[in-house]
Amino acid sequence: MSAWLARHLQTCIGTLGRLADQRVTTLLIMLVLGIALALPACLHVLVINARSASGELNRAVDLSVYLKLQTPLGAAEQLAARVRQRRDIAEVKLIDSDAGLKDFRQRSGLGDAVDALTSNPLPHVLVVRPGKDYMAGPQLSTLATELRALPAVDVVQLDTAWVDRFNAILDALRRGVLVVGGLLACGVLIIVGSTIRAEIQSRRAEIEVTKLVGGSDAFVRRPFLYAGLWYGLGGGLVALGASALIVTLLDRPTRRVAALYGSDFQLSGLGLDASLFLLGAAVALGWLGSLISASRHLREIEPQ
Amino acid sequence: MIRCEHVFKRYPNGREALSDLTLEIATGEMVFLTGHSGAGKSTLLKLVALIERPTRGQLIVNQQDVSKVGRGKIPAFRRQVGVVFQDHKLLADRTVFDNVSLPLIVAGVGMREIGKRVRAALDQVGLLAMEQNLPLELSTGEQQRVGIARAVVSKPPMLIADEPTGNLDPQLSLEVMEIFRRFSEVGVTVVVASHDMSLISRFKARQIHLENGRLAKVAS
Repeated sequence: MSAWLARHLQTCIGTLGRLADQRVTTLLIMLVLGIALALPACLHVLVINARSASGELNRAVDLSVYLKLQTPLGAAEQLAARVRQRRDIAEVKLIDSDAGLKDFRQRSGLGDAVDALTSNPLPHVLVVRPGKDYMAGPQLSTLATELRALPAVDVVQLDTAWVDRFNAILDALRRGVLVVGGLLACGVLIIVGSTIRAEIQSRRAEIEVTKLVGGSDAFVRRPFLYAGLWYGLGGGLVALGASALIVTLLDRPTRRVAALYGSDFQLSGLGLDASLFLLGAAVALGWLGSLISASRHLREIEPQ
Repeated sequence: MIRCEHVFKRYPNGREALSDLTLEIATGEMVFLTGHSGAGKSTLLKLVALIERPTRGQLIVNQQDVSKVGRGKIPAFRRQVGVVFQDHKLLADRTVFDNVSLPLIVAGVGMREIGKRVRAALDQVGLLAMEQNLPLELSTGEQQRVGIARAVVSKPPMLIADEPTGNLDPQLSLEVMEIFRRFSEVGVTVVVASHDMSLISRFKARQIHLENGRLAKVAS
């Protein structure tokens, strides 16, 4: 057992030494693999950031509850107090019709027209902000329906349609990440496979002699599998570095955009889980690519 | 140790390298395979090392019917047969020590044991001082002796050699043959293919003469 372990360790490190001898070639291959893997990783970063950004925007979605025109201010205040007591409501703000008209007068620039009105055409409005845990789509619509059922309420405006659309786009993008990831994973398999094939060809004599003195298929294959493993690990590290670099480069511009929208949104990187997954997938793909290639091509080399 | 019964070997191009060969080689015996090139000497050795398989007939090596040795069992089978080539097939980018240790490494022998056995094998061929040299730094005769050390390092019961003295002058050839004879004295079955009649006549061993893939005569 310990001899077996020592042998594996030796092969593992020996292979690394061989790759280090061909530094430039090895680095180039790892770079190519890294770029191929960085693309889905960056797409993933884009999706998770878009998701959290949309969550932030989602939070800004308030319900506007327009009361019936003849509702007296006192009743509106009572209603506001009642709604405020609901568990799923974080905040209720009453904009009475006078304040609303004043605001409209200021902002619309239609001051003269407003002055010409004999009575206030605006209703009282409650601006209702749902509680943190009640902001998901279905809960919002339930809330809207319940508010609409209150006797003094005329119209409830809930503008989540764009959020739904945006989420649908994100779902499509997420599927895109999977598809692109799948395609590029195939690309990685092919790159590693052809690299290993070239290595097998260049070490033909050694393979022949090893088989001649009784080396098993597994023994002959082992250094190539370790090479694939190292290529995968290198490619994974390059991909991690590349995505971290991209996040760093985009951090400041995004923050500026976010600030313009009055948000303190910040780009997040891949995160630990996704990083480990990326590394693991890279190593597994490297190993698998070399396994497929080595199993096929080592069979062709037999002592003559 | 080796028993051929009506063995045929026909290559895909139609050439019949061995036809109806029946012979037996005893355990611990030293045997010369003689004949012109193309007589089937190399083919017979390749069948014994399972580099190729007989087209027809039965070949028993060390109590195993070679036709029943599956692909996965070939490595274990080959570890019982030390093979020496005319061109010695050493790996140029590895030291003498690493070349000789290869059969032990593939068999999973521990590091310390490898050191001992490689030095013992190199000692037997008189190259103990050369273990850290590369094969190209050695003379042709020395390279051939490294090849022999590699063939015997795992102490196989059988040693086969295909024209091991083909590239050597008479003095070196004699030395190399002496090495083979010493192995046969300790119980190793040795089969050497050679067409150097003046050399092999100096040894007391059976000569199996092949002609056109057939057994022509056996002399002792």
